[in-house]
Amino acid sequence: MDALYRDYILDHYKNPRNFGELEPHDREWLDHNPLCGDELGVHLVVDGDGTITDLRFHGQGCAISQASASIASDELIGRKVDEIPQLSADWLIDLLGIEISPTRRKCALLSLKVMRGATSGDASWPE
Amino acid sequence: MAAHPSPAAKPLSDVRADFPILRRERDGRPIAYLDSAATSQKPEAVIEAVDSYYRRSNANVHRGVYGLAQEATDLFEGARERIAAFAGGETQTTVFTRNATEAINLVAYAWGRTNVGPGDVVLITHMEHHSNIVPWQILCQERGARLRYLSVSEDGQLSLDELDGALADGHVKLVSVAHLSNVLGTINPVEEIVGRARAAGAATLVDGSQALPQLPVDVSEIDADFYVWTGHKALGPTGIGVLHGRRELLEAMPPFLGGGDMISSVGFDTSTWNDLPWKFEAGTSPIAEAVGLGAAIDYLAAIGMDAVRAHERDLTAYTLGRLEEVAGVHAFGPIDPDARGGVVSFELSGIHPHDLAEICDREHVCIRAGHHCAQPLMREMGVPATARASFHVYNTREDVDRLIAALQTAREVFAL
Repeated sequence: MDALYRDYILDHYKNPRNFGELEPHDREWLDHNPLCGDELGVHLVVDGDGTITDLRFHGQGCAISQASASIASDELIGRKVDEIPQLSADWLIDLLGIEISPTRRKCALLSLKVMRGATSGDASWPE
Repeated sequence: MAAHPSPAAKPLSDVRADFPILRRERDGRPIAYLDSAATSQKPEAVIEAVDSYYRRSNANVHRGVYGLAQEATDLFEGARERIAAFAGGETQTTVFTRNATEAINLVAYAWGRTNVGPGDVVLITHMEHHSNIVPWQILCQERGARLRYLSVSEDGQLSLDELDGALADGHVKLVSVAHLSNVLGTINPVEEIVGRARAAGAATLVDGSQALPQLPVDVSEIDADFYVWTGHKALGPTGIGVLHGRRELLEAMPPFLGGGDMISSVGFDTSTWNDLPWKFEAGTSPIAEAVGLGAAIDYLAAIGMDAVRAHERDLTAYTLGRLEEVAGVHAFGPIDPDARGGVVSFELSGIHPHDLAEICDREHVCIRAGHHCAQPLMREMGVPATARASFHVYNTREDVDRLIAALQTAREVFAL
């Protein structure tokens, strides 16, 4: 068993959950990993209470960034928009369950960066 | 200063020992460094030249009357003479810059702002590095000029007919093109491009960053108005680049940066400029870096650039052949190894280049993954990124064999 490319990581990479586009949607954001130019976007549907009722990621990326978006997506649906900017980098990396080296950190965090952009307009990298 | 022993001409199989970094091992495996298009490794002779300069000869150049300052000046200007001769240029029109990027910016600023105006066209190609795109975008936006691109064919070539068509509109002021693509490896017919551009009244810049380190290059034969390259890809130190310019243009151009060393005299309101090449070398120069680059071209000259080219061609052909053994691999660029240099970009279906590079690294095989500072080309190729292996004199077929084995491992990891 590979320590980084675990079966569930590869499964999420090859069959990403909540992937595609949502029309209509209430919020959207598009960003990229400056290292490689990979793009990741998100569409959100938000109800009257500010709860995220549905979302779709779209774009291209490496196994780590794609699996990160896929794994996070199920955890993000049902949360309040206001909660998203409070989510830390460690929250997502713990969720991934693999050790992320410094060179792959941005791959792992791109999905959270995009979510923070969509919910707060903050385009900075999660810490 | 003690003369640095230049290596006697010797077969390329022997040169690996000249590069101290290649003795590094991880888990008993030596490094297979396949990223020389990003930066080359440095031979002992270059490291020693820089070390010896600081230990024995360091002083500021062009100023002091004492012996040490003269020695530093002689080393610096001696390096310029040898570097100019190596590239087929003249000493006085060989300007030191920080890197090729700065050399292009120098031309965009000093030549571009006085020669490019509203309605003019700067013509580049889809295979340019960002360094040969962004300075022209800035210039064109500032001057109301248009930036146009020549397309790249499926097999990574430019079309001279398309060039003629673009030149025919009569507005092209400058054609700026890579000599050798850092992604596709394509060797462009730069002499032909320069000739056609000149006939149409356009100036020319050739970006030789990838070409000069691995091909025999004679800038006087190519005859571009500007030919730029960088030291660190040619076995030299970082922080030193070279601009070979046509004398009349360099003389007519205003300076790029103002400061010390580039002036003849400074009054309260105005100044007059120093002679070439120093007019374009404001401030204290990268002296140790120039000395190191001098040692690098001495090293390359001792091997012989024809031998370097033959070695790169052999490794490229070997790599293209072996990549065919790996299921799902598609290599970009010309198929004919005579039409390309030692740069091979590829994709492996089902594995992102970043993941490939990660798995290669576990085997101590260093390859590049990403857009290679050529995002417009990536868009044209329809890929977000590629993996890239690139070579220099110290690479061997064994390095390529290890790359191929690592790609097979990646396929297993990804259960393909």
